[in-house]
Amino acid sequence: MALIKHRKLAPDSWQLLEPDADGTLRSVPAEGDVIVPFSVWETQRAELIARSGQLGVWLAGNEDPVRIAGDLQHFVLVAVKFPALPDGRGYSIGRLLRERYRWDGELRAIGDIQRDQLYYLARCGFDAYVLRAGENIESALAAFDDFSEAYQAAVDRPVPLFRRREAAASS
Amino acid sequence: MYIYDQVDQRLVDERVRQFRDQTQRFLAGTLPEDDFRPLRLRNGLYIQRHAPMLRIAIPYGLLASRQLRALAHITRTYDRGTGHFSTRQNLQLNWPKLEDVPEILAELATVQMHAIQTSGNCVRNITSDHFAGIAPDEIVDPLVWCEIVRQWSTFHPEFSYLPRKFKIAIAGAADDRTAIQLHDVGLQAVRDEAGQVGFRVLVGGGMGRTPMLGSVIREFLPWQHLLTYLEAILRVYNRYGRRDNLWKARIKILVKARTPAGFRDEVEAEWTHVKDGPATLTSAEVGRVSSRFTRPAYEKLDRLSTAYVLALGRDKRFAAWVNRNVHPHKVPGYAAVTLSLKRTGVPPGDATAEQMDAIAELADRFSFGELRVTHEQNLLLPDVRQSDLYTVWHEARKLDLATANVGMITNIIACPGGDFCSLANAKSIPVAEAIQRRFDDLDYVYDIGELDLNISGCMNSCGHHHIGHIGILGVDKQGAEFYQISIGGAQGNDASLGKVLGPSVSQDEVPDVVEKLIEVYLGRRDSDVERFIDVVRRIGTEPFKEHVYGTHQTSKARARQLATA
Repeated sequence: MALIKHRKLAPDSWQLLEPDADGTLRSVPAEGDVIVPFSVWETQRAELIARSGQLGVWLAGNEDPVRIAGDLQHFVLVAVKFPALPDGRGYSIGRLLRERYRWDGELRAIGDIQRDQLYYLARCGFDAYVLRAGENIESALAAFDDFSEAYQAAVDRPVPLFRRREAAASS
Repeated sequence: MYIYDQVDQRLVDERVRQFRDQTQRFLAGTLPEDDFRPLRLRNGLYIQRHAPMLRIAIPYGLLASRQLRALAHITRTYDRGTGHFSTRQNLQLNWPKLEDVPEILAELATVQMHAIQTSGNCVRNITSDHFAGIAPDEIVDPLVWCEIVRQWSTFHPEFSYLPRKFKIAIAGAADDRTAIQLHDVGLQAVRDEAGQVGFRVLVGGGMGRTPMLGSVIREFLPWQHLLTYLEAILRVYNRYGRRDNLWKARIKILVKARTPAGFRDEVEAEWTHVKDGPATLTSAEVGRVSSRFTRPAYEKLDRLSTAYVLALGRDKRFAAWVNRNVHPHKVPGYAAVTLSLKRTGVPPGDATAEQMDAIAELADRFSFGELRVTHEQNLLLPDVRQSDLYTVWHEARKLDLATANVGMITNIIACPGGDFCSLANAKSIPVAEAIQRRFDDLDYVYDIGELDLNISGCMNSCGHHHIGHIGILGVDKQGAEFYQISIGGAQGNDASLGKVLGPSVSQDEVPDVVEKLIEVYLGRRDSDVERFIDVVRRIGTEPFKEHVYGTHQTSKARARQLATA
């Protein structure tokens, strides 16, 4: 499971805390950098803040980012889970975190992350991606350049093409 | 025609490169079938019964003659020589080889065409009025707005993995010819009292298993806010639309669950965050897009051409064709011509490569090199001089494209059905043909008058059966193909959904049932001005049901009614 960060292969110091197949959740390790589920943040907030090691939180597609919007100062990393390619809720969550709640730390895509999602993920504000096992790294790194321009505004290009054109024409 | 600029072209070229890479990875075995599926689907590539099916986008149905020639070439080279024009104004090829698809896309790109987002759970081809820009009843030309929305929705990073497919239609005339109430989002372009353009916004219409008419959530959206408002709608849908059940994932289910007013409130709340943001449209941008559309250089002509009027009087068959297949034009002396793809014995919407080439030639000679695809699966020459109509008719007859049946029972809308489509429960094409053969007497067809007959091979409703005056739906009954008949559906301003008449019938019985429905209609109409749909609305479905099924199928309510009468 390779981590791509800022369009480069990167080492990963973070432990991702996820429920097992039967739904049970391990306890939060006493030390080290950990990404906890939103439910754990909600219920163990004080302990997590007091703990040593860096803290990250991850949201599922049905968890509204507004619920961490006031707590962002406690996190070094926010992750969003994409359980499968067709589940696109996380793209909206990414944009909301960046554009509405002004999250400027690491925004990590986790779950079933494939090469062919990376371009859109990057446009929606994600800057780190944990690729699923078996993805070709070289091909994945090339995915960010699948398209060289975009019509719409998004996190990477906050101004849509037509306004950039108009600005260029008038300058 | 909209003419690409450098960026439009570059994006389409880059899409070809991207898809070529995806296909190569799939063929090399490094991209598993399950992961390739959603990727190829958003490029219009299905794996069908016999072969892959490729759906090529014809944005808002606008087609240049050189593009049609390219489609003819592709149909001939990579397929078996026949293409199918669909109800969503696209072209479908039923026999391409998967490994050839990147090459087909590369050829399409050379004529500013593509297959982007013609399938998959994303914003699909924007559809519009096939009379856009030429209709006498037009209030706003919708084409510029279609193109603006096309660009905005192309490779939208946030809305490319929606819960389900998303269809947007834009209309701009008094008469709705886009089935605007049956789209995920329907935009009716209007003008306010000051003459400013805006949109009446409908959401949550659709066909499929749970047909619904859309609800108006905003009476007037000033044009500047078109994209931000769409963004708000799509964001609410992307976040909250159901993803647990394929059949409940369309936006209509969300709108119904939240109620239209509740959904509107959510959209408006989301909109407050993005309203007036950078995506707010400028008049410079609208002007730029508008300027990239070529417009015909119309001649100044008399309102009526003498030669045309004389021909009408001289040749009854020409007059009959004009009556059905020629349509009024806003420019004096011009008319629009439907080239019918509904000849008996030919699957509705099908055209051969030779016909495509010949039609391109007709467009060059008589219609400024431009064509339209209609949602009724015909082709249209939009800008023909009246004085050329007689020649065009002769040429169209030679090409078997002059069946004078637009708006009539034999102008059947039908999906490809079980002959090709792997989703279908039943065949559509032979049913359409059997009905066309039953009604092969044109005088009888004209006597029946306006009647939309639509056939879908399954609940996906590609043949728009819900809005046929007579709708026919293929169903699976213990492995056998049966057909459920409904009546009372309609497109247009007074759109309605058909009601199922009774138990489904076998393929052989369908023409008999249709004939019985026509018998009731002809017996009950006030005059030949009263159309089939009008009679159904006036007298209800019961008399039709009784005549089709006999009294033993009479509903209990009707039996009580009859007993007390």
